[in-house]
Amino acid sequence: MKNGIANYIKSLFLWELIKGLRLTGRYLFDKKITVQYPDEETPQSHRFRGRHALRRYPNGEERCIACKLCEAVCPALAITIEAAPREDGTRRTTRYEIDLTKCIFCGFCEESCPVDSIVETRIFEYHGEQRGDLLMTKEKLLAEGDKVEQQLAADRAYDACYR
Amino acid sequence: MITEKTERLIMETFFYLATTLIYILIIVIPLMLCVAYLTLAERKIIGYMQVRIGPNRVNLSLLPLIRNLRGFGQPIADAVKLMFKEIVIPSNADRFLFVIAPILAIGPALAAWAVIPFADGWVLSDINVGLLYILAMTSIGVYGVIIAGWASNSKYAFLGALRSAAQIVSYEIAMGFALVGVLMAASSLNLGEIVSAQDGSVLHWFWLPLLPLFLVYFISGVAETNRAPFDVVEGESEIVGFHVEYSGMLFAVFFLAEYANMILISALATIMFLGGWLSPFQGIPLLETLFAWVPGLFWFVAKVAFCLFFFLWFRATFPRYRYDQIMRLGWKVFIPITLVWIVVLGLFILMKLPPWFA
Repeated sequence: MKNGIANYIKSLFLWELIKGLRLTGRYLFDKKITVQYPDEETPQSHRFRGRHALRRYPNGEERCIACKLCEAVCPALAITIEAAPREDGTRRTTRYEIDLTKCIFCGFCEESCPVDSIVETRIFEYHGEQRGDLLMTKEKLLAEGDKVEQQLAADRAYDACYR
Repeated sequence: MITEKTERLIMETFFYLATTLIYILIIVIPLMLCVAYLTLAERKIIGYMQVRIGPNRVNLSLLPLIRNLRGFGQPIADAVKLMFKEIVIPSNADRFLFVIAPILAIGPALAAWAVIPFADGWVLSDINVGLLYILAMTSIGVYGVIIAGWASNSKYAFLGALRSAAQIVSYEIAMGFALVGVLMAASSLNLGEIVSAQDGSVLHWFWLPLLPLFLVYFISGVAETNRAPFDVVEGESEIVGFHVEYSGMLFAVFFLAEYANMILISALATIMFLGGWLSPFQGIPLLETLFAWVPGLFWFVAKVAFCLFFFLWFRATFPRYRYDQIMRLGWKVFIPITLVWIVVLGLFILMKLPPWFA
């Protein structure tokens, strides 16, 4: 009963509404967290999972050995691999495709890769203009890897001690 | 045969009409600018309260002084966008009423400004029934809503119109009672005299003896203009309002009316409870003389802006009321409060309670 009256008086004097107003009033003078995206960018983690790339060894040999672990682990079935022996007898992929329209960027392919071949880069600003643009073929993936190898190597070196 | 006398009479009438028209323009053009920039202020302030920064891309880079105020061209960009949008009139709509409805919404919102005193004697039409005229004008606004819902020939717009019409009419009662309190306190319906009755100091203003009525009036004003937290009209995420079928400039006119009404409610709250054009430093020995040079118009505008800020603050703070709660608040809380306070006020006046009613 006593509580009821107290509540009644509280609501009559708009107590909780004033508390709410005080909260928003305080935020009015708070530091703003807006990031003006094309002009400013948020910092990226070195574990950022963007568009994929295939890496090479420093001598230019492609890392991928066509073990198909990434294809097996991919939860979205976005990876397609066909493999065959090369002239020198090593096992290589003849086809390595990632369908970015299926990919969910979970990073499992990168985790599963025994030779650190398939990786996810920091690139996330891309688009496709016609059908097939978002299908990453082996050539595209290798070219991508060549372009950002320095960044990839640095990120993996930084993260190595946690793995 | 036109005699010289009738000729002079015609000339005088014409001159009177021309000057009145100029006065109207002097009031309406700054008012429309205020409406435009109120939308910007709203987006900025609500953005700041949500830890964002609000619109900041459109600058008026041709104007030297405000060139670097980011986002200052946003209302103009919005207006241009809306003007170039297509006005879709539904095939089964009543075309005439469909077009006339937004005009009926904005017309009274602007017409009510005729009796608003901006400063001592600065009023277009100094009539003795100013308060009554204001009540009449704000009541006509609801016809725009009803006609818009009816003319759209859409069941959703129709139901939305009934909903918001019921809301506006309900809160008008509480608002009217709050104004009765002001009328009793000032013993005048003339808005200029109501302000003069509050002369003295901040404590002489009517917000103190009429505090419950002031709160009821302001909250009813928020409900009356269909603003958050009573904005079931445009609760776009859960419900459709009377203006679903409107687009482009016709739609924008409804919003102009809403914002013009907001400014009007704030101006009335200023005049009736916050001492209109009177300086807040009145009666304080040193500050009074220090600020004596500030024109009354400045205090008026500052007080209106203060009230408008509360409209925006409410919108950034409170979640939307449920419809039955809106009705409960209006009928079961506000009307009893106002009635009780009118009786209390009567006692105050009988007791000649200083400093207000001495």
